[in-house]
Amino acid sequence: MAEKKLRVLVAKPGLDGHDRGAKVICRSLRDAGYEVIYTGLRRTPEEIVNAAIQEDVDVIGLSILSGAHNVLFPKIMDLLQDKQAGDITVIAGGIIPDKDIPNLEKIGIAKVFLPGSSTEDIVTWIDKNVKEPLQDR
Amino acid sequence: MSNLPFEQDKFTTISGKKIKELYTPADLDGFDYSKELGFPGEYPFTRGIHPSMYRGRLWTMRQFSGFGTAEDTNSRYKYLLANGQTGLSVAFHLPTLMGIDSDHPLAEGEIGKCGVAIDSLADMEILFDGIPLDKISTSMTINPPAAVLWAMYIAVAEKQGVSPKIISGTIQNDILKEYIAQKTFVFPPEPSMKLIVDTFEYGSQEVPRWNTISISGYHIREAGSTAVQELAFTLRDGIEYVEWAVRRGLDIDEFVPRLSFFFNAHNDFFEEIAKFRAARKIWAEVMKERFKAKDPRSWWLRFHTQTSGVSLMAQQPYNNVVRVALQAMTAVLGGTQSLHTNSLDETYALPSEEAVTIALRTQQIIAHESGVINSADPLGGSYFVEALTAQMEKEAKDYIKKIDDMGGMVKAIELGFPQREIADSAYWYQKAVERKEKIIVGVNAFEIEHSPIPTLKIEDQVARQQLERLKRVKQTRNNTEVKAKLIDLKKAAEDNQNLMPFLLKCVRAYATLGEVMDALKEVYGEYKEPITY
Repeated sequence: MAEKKLRVLVAKPGLDGHDRGAKVICRSLRDAGYEVIYTGLRRTPEEIVNAAIQEDVDVIGLSILSGAHNVLFPKIMDLLQDKQAGDITVIAGGIIPDKDIPNLEKIGIAKVFLPGSSTEDIVTWIDKNVKEPLQDR
Repeated sequence: MSNLPFEQDKFTTISGKKIKELYTPADLDGFDYSKELGFPGEYPFTRGIHPSMYRGRLWTMRQFSGFGTAEDTNSRYKYLLANGQTGLSVAFHLPTLMGIDSDHPLAEGEIGKCGVAIDSLADMEILFDGIPLDKISTSMTINPPAAVLWAMYIAVAEKQGVSPKIISGTIQNDILKEYIAQKTFVFPPEPSMKLIVDTFEYGSQEVPRWNTISISGYHIREAGSTAVQELAFTLRDGIEYVEWAVRRGLDIDEFVPRLSFFFNAHNDFFEEIAKFRAARKIWAEVMKERFKAKDPRSWWLRFHTQTSGVSLMAQQPYNNVVRVALQAMTAVLGGTQSLHTNSLDETYALPSEEAVTIALRTQQIIAHESGVINSADPLGGSYFVEALTAQMEKEAKDYIKKIDDMGGMVKAIELGFPQREIADSAYWYQKAVERKEKIIVGVNAFEIEHSPIPTLKIEDQVARQQLERLKRVKQTRNNTEVKAKLIDLKKAAEDNQNLMPFLLKCVRAYATLGEVMDALKEVYGEYKEPITY
């Protein structure tokens, strides 16, 4: 791992309050050596993107279980582009039907983790795909 | 790290509780039948609240259901009732749960997705169209705006010519578990508790057959707690509500018989049964000894059960039918009054008609084919079940004492205590699964590829229809009247009056849910959760 720790924003868009998974992932990423920032519940796309830029993160992890991902994720991806932050890696998880995944990948979500993914899977994926903090590249 | 809930032992429950190889009379040393158990229908009700249990009356089969528009959900209700379901249970979409209208910016993408969209009395009238509210009981899973939705239900009954005196059902109305676990909150604790006590007071006078709260462990468990934590936090929440109502001056034996409970039925068979039995015993004791309630109905812990949502797996989803059947069996052996069985497809979406039918049939098979209803509390007297019941009772009482010492549940929530306990348990369970100390069939063992199953899709036109109806309601109602009623409501909130009569006037004038909640937010403010993980 690079000297500077990777910074990950775990974000909860949508109106649902199911934060069990998001919190477990926050702790697991912290234990794996990342800097973790958690947004808390019910954040708008604007709030998430602003937090990501302000906190200078390398990865955004979106957790959603409300079914609104097809509306909210594209907004987040567009905002990141608008604000010249398109180099932040965005991953997602929650209740996301298989058939929605191709489209989410098309708009730039790098990876959608399905139910049953282990925290280890997520850590391994980030280690492999996000090699070093953005400011060091 | 000695206080971790999980012990490194192969023979533990899903909550990490160690189970012995064999239980014998030595495990029940000094066990006094009349003190620990009593007969079903007798204090302390460990064996059930009715003498003959299901021989007298089966539990209510009540599938939690709602999606799309009020029309969509109304036809699902009629389908379920035609198929032998015996009560209704409304699932609202997230904007309604949060007390905002479908035209609020935060509602975008959420309309009709997680439940049915209800913005005003106009939607509620369609939801219950053709359903006789004098005959069918209805449970409504709604929390911060519970009083408002209840007012809408009462108003619909009035329109059907049915008196509030005879309608029956439940509003969940349990804000404490929202701060603790489910996180659907709007107002801060103080005004939230005030509104809840308003419903207790109004209900005992005007809607006497209504359960004004469903004190819920379900969501606490889903958020990752152990069985004991679910038991303890739920009962301590119950104590908190009773304390606040008593401080208002309400008579214990007038409102407590209308308090109901709601538990989770999870995977570990005997641990769940012991949990239900211990819950009844502790509550009876608390009501009789701590609060000096005199009416035996105040001692009864009546509860609804739902099988565990988080235990359903996306992998090999047909296996979920078996999980649900086993979980439902624990609820029945534990003496539940009402039951929801989850559908096999609920890790993907709201249930399809086919899936919900299998779920309902599961209950009917338990009721009519398995024979378990023939005798009350059939596991009573088992060395294992009694030892486990006693152990859970003790551990739950320790937690309750700890929260008493903190100054009560509202204080404990402010300290983040139950939230932290649950997050710890959830984290360690996840790690136990990843280390394969806990096996989940099809997920970390016996994995195979499975083909996708058909699921229910909420079409985009639902949002359009809902937004059109909301617009029409706002155009056709008497807006001067709405404005006046909302001002009256605000004034009543400022003067600390019981808000139920004012809410009824607002909803009868077709004030929307969002308008009513906005008026109250101006007086009460909004809760901001401390962000921790």
